[in-house]
Amino acid sequence: MSFPLVAEPAGLLPAREQMGFSLGWHIILAAFGVAFPAMIFVVHRRGLRGDEVALRLARRWSKVAAVLFAIGAVSGTVLSFEMGLLWPGLMGRFGDVLGLPFAFEGLSFFLEAIFLGIYLYGWDRLPPRLHLWCLAPMIFSGVFGAYCVVAVNAWMNMPTGFRLTPAGDVVDVNPWRAMFNGRAFLQFAHMWLAAYMLVGFVVAAVYAAGRLRGRNDAHHRLGLAVPLRFASVAAILQPIVGHILGIALGDIQPSKLAAFELDVHTEQPAPLRLGGLLIHGHPEGFIAIPKWGSFIARGSFSKPVRGLDTFPPEDLPPVNITHAAFQSMVGIGTVLAVAVVVYWLARWRGHDLADQRWALRCLVVAGPLAVLALESGWVATEVGRQPWTVFGILRTVDAAGDNPGLWWVFSGVLIVYLGMTVGAWVVLRSMTRRWRAGEEELPSPYGPAPEEVSR
Amino acid sequence: MTLEIAVAAALFVGVLAYALFGGADFGSGFFDLTAGGATRGAELRSQVDHSIGPVWEANHVWLIFCLVTWWTGFPASFAATTTTLFVPLVLALAGIVLRGAAFAFRKYAPSIGQARLYGAIFAGSSLITPFFLGTVAGAIASGRVPADGYGDRWTSWLHPTSVFGGVIAVGTCAFLAGVFLCADAERAGHPPLVDTLRRRTLGVGVVTGLVVFAALVPIRDDAPTLAHGLERQAAPLIIASGLTGLLTLILLWRRRFRVARLSALAAVATVISGWGVGQYPWLLVDQVRINDAGGAHATLVGLLVAVGCAAVVVLPPLAALLWFAQSEDSTHPAPRSAP
Repeated sequence: MSFPLVAEPAGLLPAREQMGFSLGWHIILAAFGVAFPAMIFVVHRRGLRGDEVALRLARRWSKVAAVLFAIGAVSGTVLSFEMGLLWPGLMGRFGDVLGLPFAFEGLSFFLEAIFLGIYLYGWDRLPPRLHLWCLAPMIFSGVFGAYCVVAVNAWMNMPTGFRLTPAGDVVDVNPWRAMFNGRAFLQFAHMWLAAYMLVGFVVAAVYAAGRLRGRNDAHHRLGLAVPLRFASVAAILQPIVGHILGIALGDIQPSKLAAFELDVHTEQPAPLRLGGLLIHGHPEGFIAIPKWGSFIARGSFSKPVRGLDTFPPEDLPPVNITHAAFQSMVGIGTVLAVAVVVYWLARWRGHDLADQRWALRCLVVAGPLAVLALESGWVATEVGRQPWTVFGILRTVDAAGDNPGLWWVFSGVLIVYLGMTVGAWVVLRSMTRRWRAGEEELPSPYGPAPEEVSR
Repeated sequence: MTLEIAVAAALFVGVLAYALFGGADFGSGFFDLTAGGATRGAELRSQVDHSIGPVWEANHVWLIFCLVTWWTGFPASFAATTTTLFVPLVLALAGIVLRGAAFAFRKYAPSIGQARLYGAIFAGSSLITPFFLGTVAGAIASGRVPADGYGDRWTSWLHPTSVFGGVIAVGTCAFLAGVFLCADAERAGHPPLVDTLRRRTLGVGVVTGLVVFAALVPIRDDAPTLAHGLERQAAPLIIASGLTGLLTLILLWRRRFRVARLSALAAVATVISGWGVGQYPWLLVDQVRINDAGGAHATLVGLLVAVGCAAVVVLPPLAALLWFAQSEDSTHPAPRSAP
């Protein structure tokens, strides 16, 4: 057995950075692919019942979806290359264990791309009801595709569906068990709600910003109301799902849990530590709430939470990043959930807070916060799984390749993604500007040329 | 037929679909690049936009399908290839990213300057990707990817078979695209555009055909196993490719563009199949046979289930989309102009 520092291959650190970066970038677009079609469906259906404003909103959203989908397809292709280019040690050994969900994900992505094309071409061409229902396969394939991808991640957290021989060979592979592993459904539910929160709050934030600038028309009201409803339902359910998902963590990944909770020693019951960092092995700068750590981690006010010092040091994740990311996710999630509860209570009492400037400002902030919460959640679960790629089975050191020059590739990736971000921003801004100027028929990546639409 | 062969066949169908549909898509970048200045090339570029608009991204899915099937069905050989052919794969990927993003952005570009920038990136990267994917095929076919991976990062793909593979990939893509663009431009009723496209496509076709057959000479030394296969079990396919290629040129000459599309597809399909059949039964030539490379059997069965589902669920709507996009373009998009 060699020391980790000596054995660290050239590809490890840049591969980690690049995978984290490109995945973190893609996940925002993936969330739109999962959640946006359902919101378009709602406004489109409303539009078919005679609401012209809603119909126009559906047309515009479908074009925004096309832009986001187009760059999402590109960044998704990047990820499938990266699986092999950055993690040959994972794919070469476990490709046939974890590959099947990816095959089904590819299938559902294909379906979504095709129906997006049909939907965009369908405006003014297909019978209205049939056209509306073209969104249904998109909604379904977005959900199923998300399940498949999350199933792979859940498998990495709790590997099943194979056996290791003493020599380290992978035998008795059952890919279906890997695909439908015990954690997959809950983890998917968590991600699914997160996607609705992200898209709901981000889209609502766009229209809230418009209303703050004095565009207080029906268009902006509806554009705010529909995504806010989706986000509200998701934000209220999310803490419950997250909690259920977390309860089993003490059995499945106790080291991740200890890092989440910043528990150095095993405590019974453990306090909840808000904030704080591990400095020279001691947690500092936190606020402790007695017993709540045990409740959040184990679902009971009396159960113990295993401490970091019970693990060999080489099996521990980077504690501070994991802890900070986990707490950001939970903190933001709680704030958003409380905020929507306040909003709907006020609505129930007859006050629409969306008419208040301060509430609109809060909504504008809620968009980026939802993005931050989702990214924090991924950082928490991914960094918290370290030093393993496949928990307890394959260390990340062994999953990485040994290609020099990865820093160059990563630099290139940073530049290209920066360009794509700027490009997407410029394009989306220019679309809204042209819409505002009264140009309704803009082109879209999958759609027909505008001249044909207006004929 | 073993499970491994069945999955390899499914994988190769994906390669073929990507080469044909994705190829026609990539090749349009060549005509976009050579269309001339912003004013002179506007008509041709609008035609390119119009022709590949509805399908351009669906085509990436073929590539994703190939990658996923490869790593799930034949994981060790996949890792061997990615660790050896790291450089061309990264460059091909760079082409895909730049091209996809630039094409999407060009559609919305608010000014001619931005359209020109995105257009140049789109067209340039359209050539990069087929070239480097062609070198990857050449490296595998010439036995330069060792079974355990980490082959030489440079010499594995900088040799005659790979370079010819890259050039042939670019040429066949451009040829396919040219034939399709001719047919589209004719249907849209643009005789001068048809003339330009026809002339260029004929040129591309002649050059590519010559390169394909010229490549057979250096391959004998550089990739003996492949050459042996090409001269024996794959010989009928290579001959068929030559004949259909020639037929396509004649049809182009006689302006029978609609029929030429079919023979062009056949010419490219046979040349790609020639490669596949030529290197059979090797997955990585001289290194790993298909039958020895397979992953777990349960997974191979699962993959075939997924492929079956795809055939049932995906192909009908795909056909509907293509039919839908093709059937309604009786009008022609106006040339791009500055706002």
